[in-house]
Amino acid sequence: MPSRLLDLMNLNAIYALLLREAKIFFREKERIISILISPLLFLFVMGRGMGSGTSPVEGYTYQQFIFPGILAMVILFTSITYGLYIIWDKRLDFLKEVLAAPISRTTLFIGKSLGGMLGAIIETLILLIIGAFFILPLMSAGQVALCLAVSFPVSYMITNIGLTIGARMKSMEGFGLVMSFLTWPLFFFSGALFDLATAAPYIKIISLFDPVTYAVDIMRVIMLGRGAFTVWADLAAIAAFCLATTILGVTSFGKLQQEK
Amino acid sequence: MSAIKTDNLVKRYSEVTAVDGVSLEIPEGEVFGLLGPNGAGKTTLISMLATLVKPTSGTALVAGFDINKESLKVRHNIGIVFQEPSVDDLLTARENLYLHSMLYGMPRREINPKIDAMLALVKLGDRADSYVKTFSGGMRRRLEIARGLIHAPRILFLDEPTLGLDPASRKAVWAHIRELKEAHKTTIILTTHYMEEADSLADRIGIIHHGRIIELDTPEALKKKVGQDLVFLTGKIDEKAISALPFVGSVELESSRYKISITDPARNLQALLNAAGRIEEVEVRRVTLDDVFLKFAGQQISEDSGNSGIFERIATVKSTRK
Repeated sequence: MPSRLLDLMNLNAIYALLLREAKIFFREKERIISILISPLLFLFVMGRGMGSGTSPVEGYTYQQFIFPGILAMVILFTSITYGLYIIWDKRLDFLKEVLAAPISRTTLFIGKSLGGMLGAIIETLILLIIGAFFILPLMSAGQVALCLAVSFPVSYMITNIGLTIGARMKSMEGFGLVMSFLTWPLFFFSGALFDLATAAPYIKIISLFDPVTYAVDIMRVIMLGRGAFTVWADLAAIAAFCLATTILGVTSFGKLQQEK
Repeated sequence: MSAIKTDNLVKRYSEVTAVDGVSLEIPEGEVFGLLGPNGAGKTTLISMLATLVKPTSGTALVAGFDINKESLKVRHNIGIVFQEPSVDDLLTARENLYLHSMLYGMPRREINPKIDAMLALVKLGDRADSYVKTFSGGMRRRLEIARGLIHAPRILFLDEPTLGLDPASRKAVWAHIRELKEAHKTTIILTTHYMEEADSLADRIGIIHHGRIIELDTPEALKKKVGQDLVFLTGKIDEKAISALPFVGSVELESSRYKISITDPARNLQALLNAAGRIEEVEVRRVTLDDVFLKFAGQQISEDSGNSGIFERIATVKSTRK
């Protein structure tokens, strides 16, 4: 039934939600900068400090090797943090206004996801520009564009994870726990800083369940021409994670109720 | 058709029953006051009607739609002004209203003129493009009210709309609520613990206590149930003359002053005073909703009744035992 579909996906409302996120994102410029700090530390301190002789990929320095991983890291951190921010919304009652509005929870979820993607994509773009100048000067415009294109589904799936957890969490105290028990493990097991092909078996096994693994891998294939999996395997895994996290997120949003 | 019809609504949280079997019917165009102390279940009841909280059992029709099955349609027809301001700090007043209008599916070209009209109404026209974080509590609340009204809802829920407002803003909000009722026939459900507010605005009042509606009637009828208005007179009083007056009930001498029960003192006081003789002192004590509440809930209602200290609670218990 088309009217039922319109109820679920109210485009005007999605636009309104996205507009709000965009306005807030550009007004909080400190956030744009602060979220780039740790990736830049990894890139320029660890990337250089570990020495260029230890690169797992021939013809590239270690710094160049981890650059795709650091891009994935930016997406990971921006998206998860954004998703968890709805706990804050809940506490400050901003969420009540949208929960009371005549839009379906699916619409609300999609609007929020797109808002999260927007932030992650802008951060990715900034880092890509830095990388094109300082790290991989031979990177073509086509490679930059492909990386940016990949950041869309990747940020979508990670924002969904953040939103799902955020919708279920009650207090801001859980924020630190999620960062320690989820975000950092997702980053370290993704192979962002080392070559998965030569890693210990237990790391290999865990990394298969880590959505960030496929994000790092596909970026590495695009930029360095070498990865642990094929592009199609990466894309299939990312698509599967996008679908699964959408279902999880919509379900969690459906259960959202006003808390007193 | 009634605007709201609830059927044995119950909301149980793990330990407390916040709303305990409420069945009520509110006709279209009525201003219904929900009166009770903090924690009586007012906000939970409203949240269920606004489809923000799922009932544990029971159901309700709001604007003709089932709150359990047709929540989107319910939400299209209602407006809510929350107890805690929920306007977005990081946006301007205009942006808040714009986003709200989009979420409620208002046609784009109607939005901006409507925003200007609403902001003028709540006297925020000159602050339209200021960030809400620079607003005072009263301004936020007025913006919140403008937001609840902008999509012209058929039913408006106002949860403690004047909480924390200065007297002038409070009067302005009251005037606006009256206008909505008269000009737009909006059904209004108002929760409050200000007696004065319920008395002056509501057509009917439901007293809610421990999640149950314990009394429901017009403010006048409720006050009548509690007792008559009293006039105390001191001086050389002609007891016989006043006893003969048709509107006077009983006349008692109580420690050198006369306690006279009287109907409709607003109209009859002059006649009473004319007949009474030489008067030194007059005191009129009208029955208030406070008395009503005390009688039906066995408890005083006051601003701090929800979180009053132990001494105040002991005092309340003592005074109700008398």
